[in-house]
Amino acid sequence: MSKQFLFDGRPVAFEDGQTILQAARVAGHYIPHLCWHPDFPPHGSCKLCIVKVAGRHVSSCAMPAKEGMEVESNTPEINGERRALLQMLFVEGNHFCPSCEKSGNCQLQALAYDLEMTGERFAHFFPERPVDASHPDVLLDFNRCIFCELCVRASRDVDGKNVFALTERGINKHLVVNAESGRLADTDLAADDLAANICPVGVILKKRVGFAKPIGERTYDVKPIHLVAMEDGK
Amino acid sequence: MIPEDVPAALVRRIVGRHGGDATRLLQILIDVQDETGWLAPGVITAVASALSIPRSRVEGVAGFYQFLHKQPVGRFHLLFADNITERMQGSVELMASLCSKLWVEPGRLSEDGLVSVGTTSCIGMGDQGPSLLVNGQPLTRLSHQRINQVAELIRREVPLPGWPAELFRVDDNIHRRDALLSLDMAPGAALRAAVALGRDGWMEQMRASNLRGRGGAGFTTAVKWMACRDAPGAEKVVVCNADEGEPGTFKDRVLLTRMADMLFEGMTLAAWAVGARRGFLYLRGEYRYLLAPLLEAIDLRRAENLLGRGILGAPGFDFDIEIHLGAGAYVCGEETALLESLEGKRGTPRIRPPFPVSHGYLGRPTVVNNVETLAKTCLIALHGGEAFAATGTAQSAGTKLLSISGDCAQPGIYEYPFGVPIERVLEDCGASDIQAVQVGGASGITLASYEFHRRIAFEDVPTAGAFMVFDSSRDLFDVARNFVDFFAHESCGFCTPCRVGTALLKKAMKKLAEGRGAKTDLADIEWIDRLLKNASHCGLGSAAPNPVVDTLLKFRPAYERRLQSLDFEPAFDLDAALAAARRASGRDDPAAHIGAEEADQKG
Ligand SMILES: Cc1cc2nc3c(=O)[nH]c(=O)nc-3n(C[C@H](O)[C@H](O)[C@H](O)COP(=O)(O)O)c2cc1C
Ligand code: SF4
Ligand code: SF4
Ligand code: FES
Repeated sequence: MSKQFLFDGRPVAFEDGQTILQAARVAGHYIPHLCWHPDFPPHGSCKLCIVKVAGRHVSSCAMPAKEGMEVESNTPEINGERRALLQMLFVEGNHFCPSCEKSGNCQLQALAYDLEMTGERFAHFFPERPVDASHPDVLLDFNRCIFCELCVRASRDVDGKNVFALTERGINKHLVVNAESGRLADTDLAADDLAANICPVGVILKKRVGFAKPIGERTYDVKPIHLVAMEDGK
Repeated sequence: MIPEDVPAALVRRIVGRHGGDATRLLQILIDVQDETGWLAPGVITAVASALSIPRSRVEGVAGFYQFLHKQPVGRFHLLFADNITERMQGSVELMASLCSKLWVEPGRLSEDGLVSVGTTSCIGMGDQGPSLLVNGQPLTRLSHQRINQVAELIRREVPLPGWPAELFRVDDNIHRRDALLSLDMAPGAALRAAVALGRDGWMEQMRASNLRGRGGAGFTTAVKWMACRDAPGAEKVVVCNADEGEPGTFKDRVLLTRMADMLFEGMTLAAWAVGARRGFLYLRGEYRYLLAPLLEAIDLRRAENLLGRGILGAPGFDFDIEIHLGAGAYVCGEETALLESLEGKRGTPRIRPPFPVSHGYLGRPTVVNNVETLAKTCLIALHGGEAFAATGTAQSAGTKLLSISGDCAQPGIYEYPFGVPIERVLEDCGASDIQAVQVGGASGITLASYEFHRRIAFEDVPTAGAFMVFDSSRDLFDVARNFVDFFAHESCGFCTPCRVGTALLKKAMKKLAEGRGAKTDLADIEWIDRLLKNASHCGLGSAAPNPVVDTLLKFRPAYERRLQSLDFEPAFDLDAALAAARRASGRDDPAAHIGAEEADQKG
């Protein structure tokens, strides 16, 4: 007999070592997530994957599944909190979706549609974040960073390069690249590094391929993220 | 400035002194900055290459800690403690006065590079404020006269060792002693008793004592120790958490000053119980002035075979202690952030589980305990677990050290058996006409006068030791706002709710303070509070809303007074946005302002 827990009232089987999110996903249940990626250990920073277990909120991407757990995920309460977290991510950066090359392929935007975020509620921060266009093949637009650290992890753990890191703290936290000049051109990033291809939003963009596919026909334009997310990595 | 090639040689020398060990990165950066004044881009590159680690990692760490500077600071760098109790004693005016005397703007470096002045979170001097740190050294009991004196010393460029010692005097201010503070123990006495019991017999005494952690969470110490002892992995580690960052807390400062030897004995007792060979004391940067005496105390213990190999002749009892400095980051008091910092990284709290008892320092089973917790284990070794359990209350055995500050005649340290009522404490410290007490620091609980019958105990009013008193002349909104600013300043920025939520709360409280608040703002505040509490990654974020939640509940008029009668008021303030234009044109006359009354620019 395999072990089970209850996910929104339905039994889900799991193996020891699986997190709630992993087990739910295998069973065909989607939990919103931004900083989690199937090929990496959990990071636990975005908190979009929060669920309620025995009245307490936990990060489902990081919390090991346990026999008999009762997990609440797709409820008005939790979705309301997820929406507010998205609103926080929108107001702390500068996101002008209509002019963004990532529009339609952006997980932040797609989740906002999925969770029916209709406005941004909180006051905007309008931070000043410069664009780095120094690299011949890759553009960095820091205005859209959500600090998932996927680029940091991919560069360090897969590419073996450590091109990206975070510095400062709190609301002033920001991304830096591995060069004294602070310019991407002075790092050893290559366009086919995993780090250059993993950003879920529109920070790390390839040059000269912009708008190859018109907005309106892109990944999340044609299919909502809760369906797309269940397809990859299977 | 330093010529190009000097930093590289200097940095190599310092890195060499630390054995080229990248887990010592934070310690290395502190030492390098002592020589270079700040961490210029070239210095960061030099550290990275000397350690053979990526530059981006060094820059990430250098930017995390408030006392590491990626921008130049003055040869005299002054940071005023900005906790509410210091503000109540006039720190804001004193800082303004110093800045005007020295012709420097807060947060900016003077043109000649001589001086920079700013603020920092509580530096643990609440009983003798207002206080500041000058190049890391605490200056206490500031007054206008002292500020004049300091300004003069800086103008004359007198190096710190030439400043009057009186300026740096730190008093212990112990006003009530109980079991711990009245203990006079010969070094090694507790350890001898525990060694005689054997490792298991000693653990049994700890279990019988019901000692619970004094650092905040109140976890049963023996349970933690047993979990560490039984965790797989031969190399166990004992860490003493001397980060004491909770605003209004300074009892560990006094223990580190007076009873350092007992603390090290407590760490050694923990090592005996769990089988650890390596110990760390993580000392907050604000207490760096205690580093030299603490290192001396360790040396003395080594000389007496109370540290080192074969301690007290017990075979296999090898244990030694290193001290690591923090560098201005409250979150590093959270035990997993502390471990990251000990490993030379940014102080970001880890995902839990796994917990430090199984995966701690460098993945090894690790016990993390507060200073007071460890010191108290000496009492248990000397008098037995049952005697300890017999004091205090059933669920909170023993005594608790309180750090009392704010509106009272005798601020300082008071040791009480658990179970003491708030009103008794207020009476003892000479407090009258009190409207509120903040117990447990910014992340604790705000008690109104109708709750003063409640008791200090884990089962009623738990506390890590802070006890800040506010009389009826104080505005509880200002108190809550100060704590909100504290959390926004100290958020590590890892998780969305805390990184953005604390910054949003800070903005909302500013809007209210400026008299531009509306009912919808209170609703937004309550909604942000809920997200912080529910979704944060660590205890900093989940405690951040406490002061606002409590004061909104118990002192709501302090907020409502500040509301405009409107239901909605935009957060964007056109007049404030024009401030830069006014500065550029050198104008501040009424015609250069939009709207009737000017916003309160203080704070
Ligand atoms: C934001 C934050 C700051 C903390 N700061 C401290 C501190 O300065 N000193 C301390 O002993 N514990 C602090 N703690 C609690 C520690 O995480 C940990 O529980 C404690 O050191 C365990 O020791 P104890 O069991 O002896 O209390 C803090 C916790 C949080 C969430
Ligand atoms: S740049 Fe993209 S991948 Fe990197 S942290 Fe920011 S959002 Fe994540
Ligand atoms: S709650 Fe705050 S301090 Fe804790 S991990 Fe999140 S951002 Fe960092
Ligand atoms: S997906 Fe779990 S915290 Fe980001």
